Amino acid sequence: MEFILAKYNYWIYIFLMMVGFYAAIAKKNLVKKVIGLNIFQTAVFLFYISISKVQGGTAPIHMHGNPVYDNPLPHVLILTAIVVAVSTTAVALAIIILINKAFGTVEEDEIMDILELND
Amino acid sequence: MFKDLPILIIVIPLLCAVITPLVGRINRVFSWYLVVIATALCFLGSLSLMSAVLQTGTISYWLGGWEPPWGIEYVIDYLNGFVLCLVAFMAFVVAVYARKSVESEVDEARLPVFYAVYLLFVTGLMGIVITGDIFNLYVFLEIASLAGYALIAIARRREALIASFSYLVMGTIGATFILLGIGHLYMVTGTLNMADLGARLPELYGSKVVQTAFAFFATGLSIKIALFPLHNWLPNSYTYAPSAVSAIMAATATKVGAYALIRVMFTVFHADFIVSGIQLNEMFLFLAAVAILAGSILAVAQTDIKKMLAYSSIGQIGYIVLGISLLNLTGIQGSLLHILNHALMKGTLFLVAGAIVYRLGITTIDDFKGLGKKMPVSMAAFTVGALSMIGVPLTVGFVSKWYLAIASLEAGMWFLIPVLLLSSLLTAVYFWRVIDNIYFQPHEVGKISHGPELVHEDARPQDAPALMLWPIIVTAVLCVVFGIFTSLPLSIAEKASMILLR
Repeated sequence: MEFILAKYNYWIYIFLMMVGFYAAIAKKNLVKKVIGLNIFQTAVFLFYISISKVQGGTAPIHMHGNPVYDNPLPHVLILTAIVVAVSTTAVALAIIILINKAFGTVEEDEIMDILELND
Repeated sequence: MFKDLPILIIVIPLLCAVITPLVGRINRVFSWYLVVIATALCFLGSLSLMSAVLQTGTISYWLGGWEPPWGIEYVIDYLNGFVLCLVAFMAFVVAVYARKSVESEVDEARLPVFYAVYLLFVTGLMGIVITGDIFNLYVFLEIASLAGYALIAIARRREALIASFSYLVMGTIGATFILLGIGHLYMVTGTLNMADLGARLPELYGSKVVQTAFAFFATGLSIKIALFPLHNWLPNSYTYAPSAVSAIMAATATKVGAYALIRVMFTVFHADFIVSGIQLNEMFLFLAAVAILAGSILAVAQTDIKKMLAYSSIGQIGYIVLGISLLNLTGIQGSLLHILNHALMKGTLFLVAGAIVYRLGITTIDDFKGLGKKMPVSMAAFTVGALSMIGVPLTVGFVSKWYLAIASLEAGMWFLIPVLLLSSLLTAVYFWRVIDNIYFQPHEVGKISHGPELVHEDARPQDAPALMLWPIIVTAVLCVVFGIFTSLPLSIAEKASMILLR
């Protein structure tokens, strides 16, 4: 029990990751898929932030004395990954706008119906 | 100047990508000139890097002068020097080809943007290949992927949007898996430099974290290279993308993914970890064999030329993974050769498919009747590419299939030989349908069922314009040249595989 509670941030990360993964794959609405992807990616950010935590560490800012710092490198990596995630979302939403213009819907099954009618 | 060449071949296309839409405002043709110049410079840069590697061995470049493993390091050795040349060469060839092809398949107002995204795509691919830092690899992977989604979505047909979106969802899941793998490795080693990881990991091979990391890498990269059960995004993407994009993606994107897989399996991890630590080589072997057969069988069932080539790509990815997962010298050598060979032959085939689309606007194989008379040079190139795919001696396809077959025997996996033979047979079947139509079926005037109104009712030869024809000829000729004079790629592949299995 203590093991589970002490690592609660990892449990949250796994839960969020599964929620996002499920939404990205199973949802039929394209916007919901993108939301799922976002949750999925955010969960990974949480994972990175969790591994950077040092027990009793503070923010990695230079101060007097010699306090224990958290590892700042994963923070920096995650800043980059956030930029990547934002760009992905932007591209995805741009494609969804074009899909909506071309098909008049953002529901996957309706789009498939339209495509089959054309064939 | 030469000292900074490793970074220049990344920075040049990146900066040009920014300038391209701006010069495109003055005159749309300028943006094309810029792309051709930038990719040509990349190609020359890669060649001189490769020749430097051949003379002096591995080159290491420290970004900003920061010493690795703290700073980002660009490493060029036999393996990635070779892939770098291949990517830059195909990028240049397709850039030359793109002008006519893309003009006819993409809205005119979007052309400068198309070229900008094309350069970003090339930047991403070159970056994946040249970097020695695993997080840097992830960033470049995402640059290439995001540019790739845009390149597919830019096509006129609305199916392209759906294809692009499903590629985006799959690709992002794959990339996030890779990010997770990197996180797990960083957690236990505290380093991101690939060589440094390779040195620190062996003592941790028993750790569950390291095994999880490898599982994430394997899954994520399998999505990126479209290994069989994870291939769903590929056929539609290649089919509906503009022809030039299909050509560059088929020739380089999955190859670079395969390169990344090789790097992760053999530089970051070691061959013995994959055998004894996690026992994934048998699973890869099985998936590769299934991919080879399934890709070929599905290709036989297609009526659309681009879709057929796309499914055949899935089979060819199977060959590359097969060689890697045999984990012996000959196998990896075969895989590396197949990366080069498949890029050349699939590049040729997709370029010809694009030339047909440009001239006639058709992609259905049944409509190709009489094309052999109409577009003789393109069709000759197509035949060379097809023979090479089947693996006829004197073409590149034969060399790599031969090596893969030998490697299977060396590993005691004789049951792979029938798989290779059967798939060659199936390849012959699906290419024969095309060859039969273009050479041996009479041209039926006015019986073409799809495509726009045709202006080619007369049977005079009317091949693709020179700007499209020359790239086709060059890649087709290289298919034969490297099939006959095999010593250069063979020796590079041998040295590279020796480094990998050290």
